[in-house]
Amino acid sequence: MQRPSLTGGFRDAPKDAAFAFRAVMNTMAKPGEINSVTGAEPPAGLSIAAGVVLLTLCDPETPVYLAPRFDLLEVRDWITFHTGAPFVAASAAHFALGTWGELPLGDFPVGSAAYPDRSATLIVEVDDLRSEGATLSGPGIKDSAALSLPDRAAIQQNAALFPRGLDFIFTCGDRLAALPRSTKVS
Amino acid sequence: MTQIEQDKNAPDTVMSDYNFAYLDEQTKRMIRRAILKSLAIPGYQVPFASREMPMPYGWGTGGVQVSAAVLTPDDTLKVIDQGADDTTNAVSIRRFFEKTAGVAVTEATAEASIIQTRHRIPEAELREDQVLVYQVPIPEPLRFLEPSEVETRKMHELEEYGLMHVKLYEDIAQHGAIATAYAYPVKVEGRYVMDPSPIPKFDNPKLEMAAIQLFGAGREQRIYALPPHTQVVSLDFEDYPFEASKADHPCGLCGAEDSYLDELIVDDEGGRLFMCSDTDYCAARQAVGHRGSDASPTLEGVA
Repeated sequence: MQRPSLTGGFRDAPKDAAFAFRAVMNTMAKPGEINSVTGAEPPAGLSIAAGVVLLTLCDPETPVYLAPRFDLLEVRDWITFHTGAPFVAASAAHFALGTWGELPLGDFPVGSAAYPDRSATLIVEVDDLRSEGATLSGPGIKDSAALSLPDRAAIQQNAALFPRGLDFIFTCGDRLAALPRSTKVS
Repeated sequence: MTQIEQDKNAPDTVMSDYNFAYLDEQTKRMIRRAILKSLAIPGYQVPFASREMPMPYGWGTGGVQVSAAVLTPDDTLKVIDQGADDTTNAVSIRRFFEKTAGVAVTEATAEASIIQTRHRIPEAELREDQVLVYQVPIPEPLRFLEPSEVETRKMHELEEYGLMHVKLYEDIAQHGAIATAYAYPVKVEGRYVMDPSPIPKFDNPKLEMAAIQLFGAGREQRIYALPPHTQVVSLDFEDYPFEASKADHPCGLCGAEDSYLDELIVDDEGGRLFMCSDTDYCAARQAVGHRGSDASPTLEGVA
Protein backbone atom coordinates (compact mmCIF):
# COMPACT_ATOMS: atom_id res chain seq x y z
CA MET A 1 0.00 0.00 0.00
CA GLN A 2 1.29 3.41 -0.95
CA ARG A 3 1.56 5.71 2.06
CA PRO A 4 1.97 9.32 0.88
CA SER A 5 3.42 10.34 4.23
CA LEU A 6 6.48 8.17 3.59
CA THR A 7 7.42 9.85 0.32
CA GLY A 8 8.34 13.35 -0.70
CA GLY A 9 11.34 13.82 1.59
CA PHE A 10 14.85 14.85 0.56
CA ARG A 11 16.41 12.28 -1.75
CA ASP A 12 19.96 13.01 -0.62
CA ALA A 13 19.36 14.66 2.74
CA PRO A 14 22.85 16.09 3.48
CA LYS A 15 23.17 17.77 0.09
CA ASP A 16 19.52 18.75 -0.45
CA ALA A 17 19.39 20.24 3.04
CA ALA A 18 22.67 22.11 2.44
CA PHE A 19 21.35 23.78 -0.71
CA ALA A 20 18.00 24.49 0.94
CA PHE A 21 19.59 26.01 4.01
CA ARG A 22 21.80 28.31 1.91
CA ALA A 23 18.67 29.62 0.19
CA VAL A 24 16.89 30.10 3.53
CA MET A 25 19.96 31.74 5.08
CA ASN A 26 20.30 34.13 2.14
CA THR A 27 16.66 35.18 2.45
CA MET A 28 16.97 35.70 6.21
CA ALA A 29 20.20 37.71 5.72
CA LYS A 30 18.69 39.78 2.92
CA PRO A 31 15.07 40.58 3.80
CA GLY A 32 12.96 41.08 0.70
CA GLU A 33 15.06 38.79 -1.49
CA ILE A 34 13.02 35.98 -3.03
CA ASN A 35 14.73 32.61 -3.61
CA SER A 36 13.43 29.32 -4.91
CA VAL A 37 14.08 25.96 -3.33
CA THR A 38 13.59 22.33 -4.35
CA GLY A 39 13.81 18.87 -2.90
CA ALA A 40 10.56 18.30 -1.01
CA GLU A 41 7.21 17.03 -2.25
CA PRO A 42 4.92 17.68 0.69
CA PRO A 43 1.28 16.54 0.81
CA ALA A 44 -1.31 18.50 -1.12
CA GLY A 45 -2.10 21.88 0.36
CA LEU A 46 1.43 22.51 1.54
CA SER A 47 3.77 24.48 -0.72
CA ILE A 48 7.11 23.02 -1.82
CA ALA A 49 8.94 25.87 -0.11
CA ALA A 50 7.15 25.31 3.22
CA GLY A 51 7.96 21.60 2.96
CA VAL A 52 11.63 22.33 2.26
CA VAL A 53 11.88 24.71 5.24
CA LEU A 54 10.33 22.11 7.55
CA LEU A 55 12.68 19.37 6.32
CA THR A 56 15.70 21.66 6.59
CA LEU A 57 15.15 23.11 10.05
CA CYS A 58 12.81 20.86 12.06
CA ASP A 59 13.62 17.73 14.05
CA PRO A 60 12.60 16.17 17.39
CA GLU A 61 14.07 19.20 19.22
CA THR A 62 11.73 21.72 17.58
CA PRO A 63 8.04 21.70 18.55
CA VAL A 64 5.81 22.77 15.65
CA TYR A 65 2.44 24.53 15.71
CA LEU A 66 0.05 23.82 12.84
CA ALA A 67 -2.68 26.34 12.06
CA PRO A 68 -6.13 24.70 11.62
CA ARG A 69 -5.99 24.63 7.82
CA PHE A 70 -2.80 22.55 7.94
CA ASP A 71 -3.65 20.50 11.00
CA LEU A 72 -4.60 17.48 8.91
CA LEU A 73 -3.66 13.86 9.41
CA GLU A 74 -1.65 13.66 6.19
CA VAL A 75 0.34 16.81 7.01
CA ARG A 76 0.99 15.62 10.56
CA ASP A 77 2.05 12.18 9.33
CA TRP A 78 4.36 13.66 6.72
CA ILE A 79 6.06 16.00 9.19
CA THR A 80 6.30 13.27 11.83
CA PHE A 81 7.82 10.73 9.47
CA HIS A 82 10.34 13.09 7.87
CA THR A 83 11.34 15.27 10.81
CA GLY A 84 10.06 13.73 14.06
CA ALA A 85 9.01 17.16 15.30
CA PRO A 86 6.33 17.11 18.02
CA PHE A 87 3.12 19.16 17.64
CA VAL A 88 2.30 21.73 20.28
CA ALA A 89 0.17 24.76 21.08
CA ALA A 90 1.32 28.14 19.76
CA SER A 91 2.77 29.22 23.12
CA ALA A 92 5.35 26.38 23.08
CA ALA A 93 6.20 26.41 19.37
CA HIS A 94 9.66 26.89 17.86
CA PHE A 95 8.19 26.79 14.38
CA ALA A 96 4.68 27.43 13.12
CA LEU A 97 3.01 26.75 9.81
CA GLY A 98 -0.11 28.51 8.61
CA THR A 99 -1.71 31.26 6.60
CA TRP A 100 -1.43 34.79 7.94
CA GLY A 101 -5.04 35.02 9.12
CA GLU A 102 -4.88 31.73 10.99
CA LEU A 103 -1.68 32.24 12.97
CA PRO A 104 -2.37 33.56 16.50
CA LEU A 105 0.51 36.06 16.42
CA GLY A 106 0.10 37.12 20.04
CA ASP A 107 0.51 33.60 21.40
CA PHE A 108 3.95 32.66 20.08
CA PRO A 109 7.08 32.99 22.23
CA VAL A 110 9.00 36.16 21.31
CA GLY A 111 12.03 35.41 23.50
CA SER A 112 13.13 37.28 26.60
CA ALA A 113 15.30 40.37 26.87
CA ALA A 114 18.15 38.13 28.06
CA TYR A 115 17.56 35.42 25.44
CA PRO A 116 15.82 37.03 22.44
CA ASP A 117 16.75 34.01 20.31
CA ARG A 118 14.23 31.83 22.16
CA SER A 119 11.48 32.94 19.85
CA ALA A 120 9.31 31.28 17.23
CA THR A 121 9.92 31.28 13.48
CA LEU A 122 6.66 31.39 11.53
CA ILE A 123 6.33 29.78 8.12
CA VAL A 124 3.57 31.77 6.49
CA GLU A 125 1.90 30.39 3.36
CA VAL A 126 0.91 33.26 1.07
CA ASP A 127 -0.92 33.27 -2.27
CA ASP A 128 1.24 35.96 -3.70
CA LEU A 129 4.90 36.81 -3.17
CA ARG A 130 6.34 39.76 -5.08
CA SER A 131 9.09 42.32 -4.66
CA GLU A 132 6.67 45.18 -4.35
CA GLY A 133 4.39 46.65 -1.72
CA ALA A 134 5.81 47.47 1.70
CA THR A 135 9.19 49.21 1.85
CA LEU A 136 11.81 47.41 3.93
CA SER A 137 14.98 48.79 5.49
CA GLY A 138 17.45 47.63 8.11
CA PRO A 139 20.22 45.02 8.41
CA GLY A 140 20.74 43.02 5.22
CA ILE A 141 19.26 45.74 3.00
CA LYS A 142 21.53 48.17 1.18
CA ASP A 143 19.15 51.09 0.77
CA SER A 144 15.65 49.73 0.70
CA ALA A 145 13.81 46.66 -0.55
CA ALA A 146 10.17 45.89 -1.26
CA LEU A 147 8.05 42.87 -0.43
CA SER A 148 4.36 42.07 -0.60
CA LEU A 149 3.30 41.72 3.05
CA PRO A 150 -0.03 40.55 4.42
CA ASP A 151 -0.28 42.98 7.33
CA ARG A 152 1.99 45.96 7.75
CA ALA A 153 0.74 47.08 11.18
CA ALA A 154 1.26 43.71 12.88
CA ILE A 155 4.76 43.44 11.43
CA GLN A 156 5.67 46.94 12.59
CA GLN A 157 4.41 45.99 16.03
CA ASN A 158 6.64 42.91 15.98
CA ALA A 159 9.67 44.96 14.88
CA ALA A 160 9.04 47.38 17.77
CA LEU A 161 9.75 44.53 20.20
CA PHE A 162 13.38 44.28 18.96
CA PRO A 163 15.58 42.52 20.06
CA ARG A 164 12.65 40.28 21.00
CA GLY A 165 10.15 39.30 18.33
CA LEU A 166 9.07 36.73 15.78
CA ASP A 167 10.82 35.94 12.50
CA PHE A 168 8.80 35.20 9.37
CA ILE A 169 9.46 33.03 6.34
CA PHE A 170 6.89 33.63 3.61
CA THR A 171 6.38 30.70 1.26
CA CYS A 172 4.57 30.60 -2.07
CA GLY A 173 4.95 27.62 -4.40
CA ASP A 174 8.67 26.88 -4.57
CA ARG A 175 9.68 30.42 -3.64
CA LEU A 176 10.37 31.97 -0.26
CA ALA A 177 11.27 35.28 1.34
CA ALA A 178 12.04 36.15 4.94
CA LEU A 179 11.36 38.99 7.29
CA PRO A 180 13.38 38.96 10.51
CA ARG A 181 12.37 41.13 13.45
CA SER A 182 15.23 43.54 12.69
CA THR A 183 13.58 44.81 9.48
CA LYS A 184 11.79 48.16 9.59
CA VAL A 185 8.64 48.24 7.49
CA SER A 186 6.96 51.33 6.11
CA MET B 1 42.43 -4.08 2.57
CA THR B 2 42.17 -1.87 5.58
CA GLN B 3 40.66 1.58 5.58
CA ILE B 4 44.05 3.20 6.12
CA GLU B 5 45.52 1.48 3.11
CA GLN B 6 42.58 2.55 0.99
CA ASP B 7 43.01 6.15 2.02
CA LYS B 8 46.71 6.02 1.39
CA ASN B 9 46.16 4.66 -2.08
CA ALA B 10 43.54 7.25 -2.95
CA PRO B 11 44.30 10.39 -0.98
CA ASP B 12 42.34 12.63 -3.32
CA THR B 13 39.00 10.86 -3.11
CA VAL B 14 36.27 12.12 -0.84
CA MET B 15 35.97 10.18 2.40
CA SER B 16 32.60 8.58 1.97
CA ASP B 17 32.52 7.21 5.50
CA TYR B 18 31.73 10.67 6.83
CA ASN B 19 28.51 12.57 6.32
CA PHE B 20 28.77 15.52 3.95
CA ALA B 21 30.89 18.21 5.67
CA TYR B 22 31.64 15.89 8.62
CA LEU B 23 28.82 16.86 11.02
CA ASP B 24 25.67 14.75 11.33
CA GLU B 25 22.42 16.22 10.03
CA GLN B 26 20.82 16.89 13.41
CA THR B 27 23.88 18.84 14.54
CA LYS B 28 23.83 20.86 11.33
CA ARG B 29 20.13 21.65 11.80
CA MET B 30 20.84 22.88 15.34
CA ILE B 31 23.67 25.10 14.07
CA ARG B 32 21.57 26.30 11.13
CA ARG B 33 18.73 27.35 13.44
CA ALA B 34 21.24 29.27 15.56
CA ILE B 35 22.62 30.97 12.42
CA LEU B 36 19.13 32.11 11.37
CA LYS B 37 18.44 33.59 14.81
CA SER B 38 21.84 35.28 14.82
CA LEU B 39 21.04 36.90 11.46
CA ALA B 40 17.66 38.04 12.80
CA ILE B 41 19.30 39.68 15.85
CA PRO B 42 22.56 41.16 14.50
CA GLY B 43 25.33 41.29 17.09
CA TYR B 44 23.54 39.11 19.65
CA GLN B 45 25.42 35.96 20.66
CA VAL B 46 23.19 32.93 20.16
CA PRO B 47 24.13 29.95 22.39
CA PHE B 48 24.55 26.68 20.53
CA ALA B 49 25.48 23.12 21.47
CA SER B 50 29.04 23.18 20.15
CA ARG B 51 30.40 19.74 19.30
CA GLU B 52 33.84 18.31 19.79
CA MET B 53 35.66 18.56 16.51
CA PRO B 54 38.69 16.56 15.37
CA MET B 55 40.96 19.51 16.23
CA PRO B 56 41.71 21.26 19.51
CA TYR B 57 39.81 24.24 20.84
CA GLY B 58 41.59 27.38 19.72
CA TRP B 59 42.12 25.96 16.23
CA GLY B 60 38.87 27.23 14.84
CA THR B 61 36.32 24.68 16.02
CA GLY B 62 33.57 27.33 16.03
CA GLY B 63 34.36 28.54 12.55
CA VAL B 64 34.62 24.97 11.28
CA GLN B 65 31.19 24.08 12.65
CA VAL B 66 29.62 27.17 11.09
CA SER B 67 31.34 26.47 7.76
CA ALA B 68 30.17 22.84 7.87
CA ALA B 69 26.57 23.97 8.40
CA VAL B 70 26.74 26.51 5.57
CA LEU B 71 28.75 24.62 2.92
CA THR B 72 27.06 23.18 -0.16
CA PRO B 73 28.72 20.80 -2.66
CA ASP B 74 28.95 23.70 -5.17
CA ASP B 75 30.97 26.00 -2.92
CA THR B 76 34.56 27.08 -3.34
CA LEU B 77 36.28 27.42 0.02
CA LYS B 78 39.14 29.69 1.02
CA VAL B 79 40.69 29.53 4.49
CA ILE B 80 43.03 32.16 5.87
CA ASP B 81 44.90 32.50 9.12
CA GLN B 82 45.92 36.10 9.83
CA GLY B 83 45.54 36.77 6.14
CA ALA B 84 47.71 33.88 4.98
CA ASP B 85 46.48 30.88 3.00
CA ASP B 86 49.58 28.82 3.64
CA THR B 87 49.81 28.55 7.45
CA THR B 88 49.25 25.29 9.32
CA ASN B 89 45.80 26.17 10.63
CA ALA B 90 44.51 27.36 7.26
CA VAL B 91 45.97 24.41 5.36
CA SER B 92 44.58 21.79 7.73
CA ILE B 93 41.06 23.28 7.78
CA ARG B 94 41.08 23.55 4.00
CA ARG B 95 42.16 19.90 3.71
CA PHE B 96 39.55 18.88 6.26
CA PHE B 97 36.73 20.20 4.08
CA GLU B 98 38.33 18.96 0.89
CA LYS B 99 38.20 15.47 2.37
CA THR B 100 34.89 15.51 4.22
CA ALA B 101 32.83 17.71 1.88
CA GLY B 102 34.64 17.32 -1.42
CA VAL B 103 34.35 21.05 -2.09
CA ALA B 104 36.64 23.00 -4.38
CA VAL B 105 39.23 25.17 -2.66
CA THR B 106 41.05 28.28 -3.72
CA GLU B 107 43.47 30.89 -2.44
CA ALA B 108 42.00 33.68 -4.59
CA THR B 109 39.59 35.81 -2.59
CA ALA B 110 37.46 36.67 -5.63
CA GLU B 111 36.95 33.00 -6.55
CA ALA B 112 35.79 31.85 -3.11
CA SER B 113 32.13 31.60 -2.17
CA ILE B 114 32.90 30.85 1.49
CA ILE B 115 35.93 32.27 3.27
CA GLN B 116 36.79 31.04 6.73
CA THR B 117 39.11 33.42 8.49
CA ARG B 118 41.14 33.70 11.64
CA HIS B 119 41.78 37.29 12.69
CA ARG B 120 41.68 39.12 9.35
CA ILE B 121 39.29 40.44 6.73
CA PRO B 122 40.66 40.04 3.18
CA GLU B 123 41.87 43.25 1.53
CA ALA B 124 39.78 42.68 -1.61
CA GLU B 125 36.21 43.92 -1.27
CA LEU B 126 33.80 41.04 -0.71
CA ARG B 127 30.64 40.57 -2.76
CA GLU B 128 26.99 39.84 -1.94
CA ASP B 129 27.30 36.20 -2.94
CA GLN B 130 30.17 35.52 -0.54
CA VAL B 131 30.07 34.39 3.09
CA LEU B 132 32.81 35.26 5.57
CA VAL B 133 33.10 32.88 8.56
CA TYR B 134 35.17 34.06 11.51
CA GLN B 135 36.89 31.89 14.11
CA VAL B 136 36.25 33.52 17.46
CA PRO B 137 38.16 32.76 20.67
CA ILE B 138 36.20 34.88 23.19
CA PRO B 139 32.88 36.11 21.78
CA GLU B 140 31.91 38.23 24.77
CA PRO B 141 33.34 41.77 24.39
CA LEU B 142 32.76 42.45 28.08
CA ARG B 143 34.36 39.25 29.34
CA PHE B 144 37.73 40.71 30.33
CA LEU B 145 35.93 43.48 32.22
CA GLU B 146 33.30 41.28 33.85
CA PRO B 147 34.03 37.56 34.26
CA SER B 148 30.48 36.51 35.16
CA GLU B 149 28.25 35.36 32.30
CA VAL B 150 25.18 36.17 34.43
CA GLU B 151 26.37 39.77 34.72
CA THR B 152 27.39 40.25 31.10
CA ARG B 153 24.08 38.82 29.90
CA LYS B 154 22.30 41.32 32.13
CA MET B 155 24.45 44.11 30.72
CA HIS B 156 23.50 43.20 27.14
CA GLU B 157 19.87 42.90 28.20
CA LEU B 158 19.87 46.41 29.69
CA GLU B 159 22.17 47.88 27.04
CA GLU B 160 24.48 48.79 29.89
CA TYR B 161 27.78 49.32 28.10
CA GLY B 162 29.28 52.04 30.29
CA LEU B 163 32.03 49.70 31.46
CA MET B 164 33.39 49.40 27.93
CA HIS B 165 33.60 53.18 27.58
CA VAL B 166 35.37 53.36 30.96
CA LYS B 167 37.90 50.86 29.63
CA LEU B 168 38.51 52.92 26.49
CA TYR B 169 38.73 56.08 28.61
CA GLU B 170 41.33 54.47 30.85
CA ASP B 171 43.35 53.72 27.72
CA ILE B 172 43.33 57.42 26.92
CA ALA B 173 44.17 58.42 30.51
CA GLN B 174 47.14 56.05 30.62
CA HIS B 175 48.45 56.08 27.05
CA GLY B 176 47.07 59.31 25.59
CA ALA B 177 45.12 57.38 22.97
CA ILE B 178 42.86 54.35 22.74
CA ALA B 179 45.48 51.60 22.88
CA THR B 180 43.19 48.74 21.86
CA ALA B 181 44.66 47.60 18.56
CA TYR B 182 42.73 44.40 17.84
CA ALA B 183 39.34 42.93 18.82
CA TYR B 184 38.23 46.55 18.92
CA PRO B 185 34.62 46.66 20.20
CA VAL B 186 31.85 47.74 17.86
CA LYS B 187 28.18 48.61 18.26
CA VAL B 188 25.81 46.88 15.86
CA GLU B 189 22.75 48.78 14.59
CA GLY B 190 22.84 50.95 17.70
CA ARG B 191 21.99 48.00 19.96
CA TYR B 192 24.50 45.26 20.77
CA VAL B 193 28.16 45.80 21.56
CA MET B 194 30.01 43.05 19.71
CA ASP B 195 33.52 41.63 19.60
CA PRO B 196 34.57 41.51 15.93
CA SER B 197 37.01 38.68 16.88
CA PRO B 198 40.70 39.60 17.14
CA ILE B 199 40.94 41.34 13.77
CA PRO B 200 43.23 44.41 13.75
CA LYS B 201 41.26 47.61 14.16
CA PHE B 202 42.47 48.48 10.65
CA ASP B 203 39.80 46.00 9.49
CA ASN B 204 36.94 47.46 11.52
CA PRO B 205 35.64 49.82 8.79
CA LYS B 206 35.35 46.80 6.48
CA LEU B 207 32.81 45.15 8.82
CA GLU B 208 30.11 47.07 6.92
CA MET B 209 30.24 44.96 3.78
CA ALA B 210 28.07 43.29 1.13
CA ALA B 211 28.87 39.72 2.22
CA ILE B 212 27.19 37.78 5.03
CA GLN B 213 29.44 37.58 8.09
CA LEU B 214 29.09 34.69 10.53
CA PHE B 215 31.06 34.35 13.77
CA GLY B 216 31.57 30.97 15.45
CA ALA B 217 33.06 30.40 18.92
CA GLY B 218 33.40 26.66 19.54
CA ARG B 219 34.72 26.50 23.08
CA GLU B 220 32.44 29.33 24.24
CA GLN B 221 29.47 27.88 22.31
CA ARG B 222 28.25 31.06 20.67
CA ILE B 223 27.29 32.05 17.13
CA TYR B 224 26.63 35.63 16.04
CA ALA B 225 26.26 37.37 12.71
CA LEU B 226 26.21 40.51 10.65
CA PRO B 227 23.83 40.52 7.68
CA PRO B 228 25.07 42.49 4.62
CA HIS B 229 25.21 46.28 5.00
CA THR B 230 24.53 46.13 8.74
CA GLN B 231 25.53 49.32 10.52
CA VAL B 232 28.68 48.64 12.54
CA VAL B 233 30.22 51.51 14.51
CA SER B 234 33.56 51.26 16.33
CA LEU B 235 33.19 52.69 19.84
CA ASP B 236 35.01 55.96 20.43
CA PHE B 237 34.70 59.46 21.89
CA GLU B 238 33.94 62.74 20.14
CA ASP B 239 37.37 64.12 21.03
CA TYR B 240 39.17 60.81 20.50
CA PRO B 241 37.59 59.45 17.32
CA PHE B 242 38.22 55.90 16.14
CA GLU B 243 41.23 55.54 13.88
CA ALA B 244 41.95 52.50 11.71
CA SER B 245 45.70 52.31 12.02
CA LYS B 246 48.42 50.25 10.40
CA ALA B 247 52.21 50.24 10.24
CA ASP B 248 53.30 53.42 8.47
CA HIS B 249 55.13 51.72 5.60
CA PRO B 250 54.40 50.40 2.14
CA CYS B 251 54.56 46.63 1.67
CA GLY B 252 58.17 45.64 1.10
CA LEU B 253 57.24 42.99 -1.44
CA CYS B 254 54.44 44.49 -3.52
CA GLY B 255 54.62 48.15 -2.57
CA ALA B 256 50.95 48.39 -1.51
CA GLU B 257 50.22 51.34 0.74
CA ASP B 258 46.62 50.47 1.51
CA SER B 259 46.99 46.98 3.01
CA TYR B 260 47.52 45.76 6.55
CA LEU B 261 51.16 44.84 7.17
CA ASP B 262 52.99 42.20 9.16
CA GLU B 263 56.40 43.07 10.55
CA LEU B 264 59.01 40.45 9.86
CA ILE B 265 62.42 40.40 11.53
CA VAL B 266 64.78 39.23 8.81
CA ASP B 267 68.19 39.08 10.49
CA ASP B 268 69.80 39.38 13.93
CA GLU B 269 70.85 42.99 13.41
CA GLY B 270 67.39 44.49 13.70
CA GLY B 271 66.65 44.30 10.00
CA ARG B 272 62.94 44.21 9.34
CA LEU B 273 60.54 43.81 6.50
CA PHE B 274 56.95 44.99 6.34
CA MET B 275 54.80 42.83 4.13
CA CYS B 276 51.09 42.42 3.39
CA SER B 277 49.38 40.11 5.86
CA ASP B 278 46.94 39.15 3.07
CA THR B 279 49.12 36.76 1.03
CA ASP B 280 46.65 36.49 -1.85
CA TYR B 281 46.44 40.28 -2.20
CA CYS B 282 50.24 40.59 -2.14
CA ALA B 283 50.85 37.73 -4.59
CA ALA B 284 48.22 39.05 -7.00
CA ARG B 285 49.85 42.49 -6.98
CA GLN B 286 53.31 41.02 -7.54
CA ALA B 287 51.95 38.89 -10.37
CA VAL B 288 50.94 42.00 -12.28
CA GLY B 289 54.31 43.62 -11.75
CA HIS B 290 54.08 45.68 -8.57
CA ARG B 291 57.35 45.63 -6.67
CA GLY B 292 58.20 46.89 -3.20
CA SER B 293 61.57 48.18 -2.09
CA ASP B 294 62.48 44.87 -0.44
CA ALA B 295 61.33 42.61 -3.25
CA SER B 296 64.19 40.31 -4.04
CA PRO B 297 65.49 40.63 -7.60
CA THR B 298 65.55 36.84 -7.87
CA LEU B 299 61.80 36.84 -7.34
CA GLU B 300 61.51 38.93 -10.46
CA GLY B 301 63.62 36.45 -12.38
CA VAL B 302 61.44 33.55 -11.22
CA ALA B 303 58.24 35.37 -12.05
